[in-house]
Amino acid sequence: MSALLDVSNLVVDFPTSSGDPFHAVDGVSFQVSAGERVGIVGESGSGKSLTSQAVMRLVSDPGVIAGGSVRFGGEDVLAYSDRALQQWRGSQVAMVFQDPMSSLNPLMRVGRQITESLETHLGMGRVAARARAVDLLRRVGIPDAEARMNDFPGAFSGGMRQRVCIAIATACSPKLLIADEPTTALDVTVQAQVLDLLDDMVSEQDTGVILISHDLGVISSFCDRILVMYAGRIVEEGTAEQIVGDPQHPYTHALLGSILKLSEPIPPRLRTISGAPPTAGRRPSGCAFAPRCPAAVDACLTNDPALVQAPLGGVGQRVACGVVAPEAFAVEQESAA
Amino acid sequence: MSRLDGSDLVNGPSSRSRAGEALLDVRDLKVTFRRSGGIGRRASRVPAVQGVSFQLRAGETLGIAGESGSGKSTIARTLMGINQASAGSMRLNGENVGALRGRRLAEYRRTMQMIFQDPYDSLDPRMKVGETLLEAISLRTTKPTDPKRAVEGILDQVGLSRSFIERRPRELSGGQRQRVSIARALCVDPRLILCDEAVSALDVSVRAQVLNLLKDLQEELGLAYLFISHDLSTLRFMADHVGIMYLGRLVEIGTRDEIFENPQHPYTRALLSAVPEPIVRDRSTRLPRVRLTGEPPSAANPPSGCSFHPRCPMAQEVCRTVAPPLRATTSGQDAACHFADPVLVPEPARIGADA
Repeated sequence: MSALLDVSNLVVDFPTSSGDPFHAVDGVSFQVSAGERVGIVGESGSGKSLTSQAVMRLVSDPGVIAGGSVRFGGEDVLAYSDRALQQWRGSQVAMVFQDPMSSLNPLMRVGRQITESLETHLGMGRVAARARAVDLLRRVGIPDAEARMNDFPGAFSGGMRQRVCIAIATACSPKLLIADEPTTALDVTVQAQVLDLLDDMVSEQDTGVILISHDLGVISSFCDRILVMYAGRIVEEGTAEQIVGDPQHPYTHALLGSILKLSEPIPPRLRTISGAPPTAGRRPSGCAFAPRCPAAVDACLTNDPALVQAPLGGVGQRVACGVVAPEAFAVEQESAA
Repeated sequence: MSRLDGSDLVNGPSSRSRAGEALLDVRDLKVTFRRSGGIGRRASRVPAVQGVSFQLRAGETLGIAGESGSGKSTIARTLMGINQASAGSMRLNGENVGALRGRRLAEYRRTMQMIFQDPYDSLDPRMKVGETLLEAISLRTTKPTDPKRAVEGILDQVGLSRSFIERRPRELSGGQRQRVSIARALCVDPRLILCDEAVSALDVSVRAQVLNLLKDLQEELGLAYLFISHDLSTLRFMADHVGIMYLGRLVEIGTRDEIFENPQHPYTRALLSAVPEPIVRDRSTRLPRVRLTGEPPSAANPPSGCSFHPRCPMAQEVCRTVAPPLRATTSGQDAACHFADPVLVPEPARIGADA
């Protein structure tokens, strides 16, 4: 099966005062198939959101997509004209953000925001679009949908707004849905509802999903496959079961160890990762995690590990660590810079 | 003794009311916000906290959980004097906080400190870390002979090197800033620290460090924490006792094990089952979760009877009309649910004795 989305060696640069650009996304490659759910997990500054923005070509100044390719259904997204891009964004891919208010027009009635996209992208007439919009609002669980069509976004609660955003995002049956921290601002009981809703909507339409979150619990309960990002790179990828059940990279391992789980005995102390993620604009040489890594050896401070099959991991579980997978240091890095 | 205190003894968590030992004793606290009118809106009163009672002993942690709008942060803000209580009492070391004035009030403020979610908002961006801490230390009753050394000692306690004295908040990472907030709180030798979502904004790996630090400080200094968080797994790690709030009321309160091992209130159960966990689960045999429909109601327009009834999977007719009191259950904790089995508490003999 050919991939719906094929991202290869993607680089997003930001200018720095020193003149050398900073690679905030540094050679990221992954694929998403139809109906597949890929989760990207990482801490702040890991480049997870920027990766998804680059896929949508939504990187804002002064960031630039400096290298790599984004192919969607075989087409080169980075070569799209503005018009083609516009058409593609509405009909083929859609995005749901953390703050629903940022993607809703506060001065436009909710109903109109849905019908507008149906009319533009699917060429529906007003009456048909309105009927479909009411149907969509109903399906995302908005009570009294017909009447609420006429409300402005401000009249909805946070959870209801996110439901509206999901209705808009799924209105044109996109092939790919990118959800960036869609439930982070919501209460936990509402988060569960919104994840269930997303689950229903994408299963129904066989939509491919990229879910971005800092919360490994959210990611692992929703996604088939997980990419773990650190300092602009994928440091480990595998199925959800591989990543949470048998993590191979010391960072993934430590990350899981520092998360408290209700289903496990209470530890007397939490395992921690010393230090903090590297700040924007500064990437340590060698492996970026080496300064914090309990397993690091001298070679880690100078050698850049490539993402390779983990020798002790499952099939397709890949890891960028020269300690766990000595081959990672041997592979000639296809330099993104 | 006021009537409020009397009725509290009947309905309240009497088994837990060991006021003599409590560092903090909150009784029937009520906080009402006045919402001014606007276009198409009448001025109204919003009951944010509706009669909350709890005790916290020295060296212990009481965790308060709840969703946004549950009133959990309002409790902390009222204790700090940021919000005004409209009824009830708050006693710290036996002294009625509301009646304190002048020097006694200043003393009280030193006993209790607060750490907020976003340390960036609570630290003066123009002041160096050392200046912030020196200022806080100058508020001590007995001034240290060498304030600079005292600052260094406190930095050491929170795991920051002396080089931080010269830095400003914007030069620090989120975790470092939260360590500075903790250091500032420690400057006045508090007995109690209110932590309002103190680690919620931090990255997972940094959060773990700060939680360990808070635990270490508690052990070292005998601090009590009122730990407010929406994150149940964090509360389970930190707290000795846990209270669950819903729409301004405590719906369940008990020891950590009572709440997490054997929750009695349907809301607590739903909250616990809504937390997604990074564990391997067999997708085909995934346990059915308790899913709540609807969203937390607004305190301005609370439902009748039990305020949880519109979302409750167990709700019966009685729930629509009668608000269940918080009362002891056979499992040990107190729960406010008609269907959590009650323990018949003999009426305390002293009721009304002072009246």
